[in-house]
Amino acid sequence: MTIGLGHYLFVAAVLFTLGILGIFLNRKNVIVILMCVELMLLAVNINLVAFSVYQGNIVGQVFAMLVLTVAAAEAAIGLAILVVYFRNRGTIEVEDINAMKG
Amino acid sequence: MLLQALAFYVFAFVVMASATMVVVSRNPVYSVLFLILAFFNAAALFILIGAEFIAMILVIVYVGAVAVLFLFVVMMLDINVTQLREGFLKYLPVGSLIGLVLLLEILLGLGVLGGNSPAMEGLAKSGAQVGAIDNTRAIGRVLYTQYFYLFQAAGVVLLVAMIGAIVLTLRSRPGVRRQRVAEQLYRPKDQTIAVVKVPTREGV
Repeated sequence: MTIGLGHYLFVAAVLFTLGILGIFLNRKNVIVILMCVELMLLAVNINLVAFSVYQGNIVGQVFAMLVLTVAAAEAAIGLAILVVYFRNRGTIEVEDINAMKG
Repeated sequence: MLLQALAFYVFAFVVMASATMVVVSRNPVYSVLFLILAFFNAAALFILIGAEFIAMILVIVYVGAVAVLFLFVVMMLDINVTQLREGFLKYLPVGSLIGLVLLLEILLGLGVLGGNSPAMEGLAKSGAQVGAIDNTRAIGRVLYTQYFYLFQAAGVVLLVAMIGAIVLTLRSRPGVRRQRVAEQLYRPKDQTIAVVKVPTREGV
């Protein structure tokens, strides 16, 4: 009944799949898509930390911190773009976002 | 050991259930709240595995900053929820099929399902714990010495994100009256006051 590396990898795999599934299902809602990206980054972090602990190598946790930093920056920029877009167009539907199609 | 396993199963179940609710929830506000729940339980999983520092950073950064940012934006934007939910059922079969295939591929690739696991062969043997020093000290020892430039680069990424978010959302609306201090201070005296000689009993 010991919790091994496989258990953590299973949780991370399920989280990653749920993130991708959310991007497929919520095709219209940009906010939920951004949240699903955060879920996928969380799954990556779980993988990194689990491997780091079971390998006895601390570098994985340092890298997980960097992933977290990039995730925070990405969320800030993405939401800022979303707010500006909503201010200009009055909607955030993904299908309407084609102003740069040329 | 049994208690640890039980705690792991509880936290893992709550993480996966709340992640599912993030995906299928009808209201984006509920999605954000379930995302916060998922982050808390993932932090608990990190504590269970012995990575306390990452767990605390996860709570502070994700729950304290990112999720609250999501909550602000969701509540600030006036979104038509029912309109955004169109197509959910249309994409459900193909989406869940792709998700199932992907999950099976990941699990088979990791060897979690089968008995033998090529990816984890060497790892189970070398399961040496990080050891005598605690987690935070161990991270600090490598983060501020060996990976110092990477640490600084992470700071630059955050700075660029901050400046970018401010520049994107800053707007100067016309018709807003603001105090212009420099103009006030540099106004000369002869434009400001006028000395008028008032004749007696006539008024200005």
